[in-house]
Amino acid sequence: MKKFKIFTGIVAPMDRPNVDTDAIIPKQFLKSIKRTGFGPNLFDEWRYLDHGEPGMDNSQRRLNPDFVLNQERYRGAQVLLARENFGCGSSREHAPWALEDYGFRVIIAPSFADIFFNNCFKNGLLPIVLEEGLVDSLFLEVETTPGYALNVDLDTQIIRKPDGSEISFDVDAFRKYCLLNGLDDIGMTLQHTDDIRAYEARRKQEAQWLFQ
Amino acid sequence: MTGKTLYDKLWDAHVVRDSGDGAALIYIDRHLVHEVTSPQAFEGLRLAGRQPWRVEANLATPDHNVPTTAAERHSGVEGIADPISRLQVQTLDKNCEEFGITEFNMNDIRQGIVHVIGPEEGATLPGMTVVCGDSHTSTHGAFGALAFGIGTSEVEHALATQCLVQKKSKSMRIRVEGRTPAGVTAKDIVLAIIGEIGTAGGTGYAIEFAGQAIRDLSIEGRMTLCNMAIEAGARAGMVAVDEKTIDYVKGRPYAPKADLWEQAVADWQTLHSDADAVFDREVVIEAAGISPQVTWGTSPEMVAAINGRVPDPANESDSVKSEGMKAALAYMGLEANTPITDILIDKAFIGSCTNSRIEDLRAAAAVARGRKVADNVRLALVVPGSGLVKQQAEEEGLDKVFIEAGFEWREPGCSMCLAMNADRLEPGERCASTSNRNFEGRQGQGGRTHLVSPAMAAAAAVAGHFVDVRSL
Ligand code: SF4
Repeated sequence: MKKFKIFTGIVAPMDRPNVDTDAIIPKQFLKSIKRTGFGPNLFDEWRYLDHGEPGMDNSQRRLNPDFVLNQERYRGAQVLLARENFGCGSSREHAPWALEDYGFRVIIAPSFADIFFNNCFKNGLLPIVLEEGLVDSLFLEVETTPGYALNVDLDTQIIRKPDGSEISFDVDAFRKYCLLNGLDDIGMTLQHTDDIRAYEARRKQEAQWLFQ
Repeated sequence: MTGKTLYDKLWDAHVVRDSGDGAALIYIDRHLVHEVTSPQAFEGLRLAGRQPWRVEANLATPDHNVPTTAAERHSGVEGIADPISRLQVQTLDKNCEEFGITEFNMNDIRQGIVHVIGPEEGATLPGMTVVCGDSHTSTHGAFGALAFGIGTSEVEHALATQCLVQKKSKSMRIRVEGRTPAGVTAKDIVLAIIGEIGTAGGTGYAIEFAGQAIRDLSIEGRMTLCNMAIEAGARAGMVAVDEKTIDYVKGRPYAPKADLWEQAVADWQTLHSDADAVFDREVVIEAAGISPQVTWGTSPEMVAAINGRVPDPANESDSVKSEGMKAALAYMGLEANTPITDILIDKAFIGSCTNSRIEDLRAAAAVARGRKVADNVRLALVVPGSGLVKQQAEEEGLDKVFIEAGFEWREPGCSMCLAMNADRLEPGERCASTSNRNFEGRQGQGGRTHLVSPAMAAAAAVAGHFVDVRSL
């Protein structure tokens, strides 16, 4: 998993509540045997005018000009500004895979669905919960300021706006530690390599047949 | 101090590290891999630049997607007609080769359903922790092992670390006391248990099956029983080790040999609950009261005895249950109060990790011998659980018995258990099936599944409707 420290990224506004994981990545793309390559199909039904299927050449498809991510000013966005209950619906881990693959690193919303929220951390995405009023003013500023970018510093838990003002945010200490160090669940377990090796050494004495 | 349950013993022996918050890092002795739930896990390893922690702890085979007709099968992986199935099988082959994992590929004689081949090879041993990205991993608990299914993220975790983070379950013992009547099999026992405790009855528990009727079961019967622990809501089911367990394991390719065998046996003989062990919940069922079972609805707990009738939702006082029954009857196309023996079938399926072992095939063949599949039955399929089961059955002439009776004799795989390949029910078709799930659409969209034992499935195939196998 990528380490997450501090970065500045363009903000894209997704101005609707209850964006579910089926909207984030529609079910026909779950047949894939990969966990990468979902970026081009992120928000597929909103983003394109035709119906998407796996294996299509997405560069040949007609884009929906009204969809926010298709607008020139949000090209290369890395921060997604969203409304409440973002990521609800099925537990598919493909949703954070698609967001990450597209290039997002941070999602800011007044609230997130539980499983999605956890899945984000496992995949190097930082979901930030901000109070409704703050989110409202961010939406306003983003929409009125082309090229609007935020600086997100995980270490100090501070978001810096273009005008220099700051917003602090909460993050679970354990999750923060994992992100800062680029540790996913496997990375966490691998911090106990010594314990695993000690267990194996002892078990080999007791039950050698398990190690043939 | 009270004694330990079998589950306590298995758990304690595998704790690598207790994190103190109820979760522990548990060591995994055996990881079985198949084509459907592993591709993203392997890709995750690759993206992170990781290697399997202990490559020889893994054993892989394709089973869910493989075609079961001889023609398609013998044209090799390239010849798999469905492109998504083909890609999954090819991907498994590639991943196993790249990471050095032993794989029994599609046309290897040792290929089969993961839950059949683990025990068959002796890769599943008493006292082990066994995991697989498949919920029916509970099957392996028949050997006094701690075995449970995992998701794709955990498949990657097990590959990379040989460990999983787990919370300990509560313990339940289900004692089936007394002797089972003739004609009643492990499948009937487990369906009767699920009928009794419900599909959520085991949620949060690890179940130990005990009592005379369980001790009397063969090892293959115990696998059938533990296979369906998950249908009772429990991630793990298990049976204590006895002489039958040890005899079954002896001499299998992966089983310990010589001195190690003696040491292993001494260890395995401790794998039972202590006499004074305390369980969080105990259930007692009298074996004498169990008849051959047939499910009538869309959940394994919707089950009746062969001499019973389809229940009437009007007699159910709980309105939620009653509505559920009505919906199930509508889906199944059944009227309340119909005698089970009046239900006609269109297809029969003998196979799946529940009932595709040699004893299952023998039991079905004993019924099929000298009889013919009824005219109203469009297809009666027999799908052995592995290449070796198929070979054994052919040596015993069982294939001829089936073919003469009008059954189709297929190549090993999951087949119509979940209809990922071409074997499936058409909308509205009714099937007597030896598999484990009768959920809506499980065997094909709109298909209607009735779960039964192998002998009962064969009996239904030759009669054209459900029938008490004991009356044939
Ligand atoms: S036979 Fe059925 S239940 Fe068993 S592993 Fe295959 S698909 Fe799953």
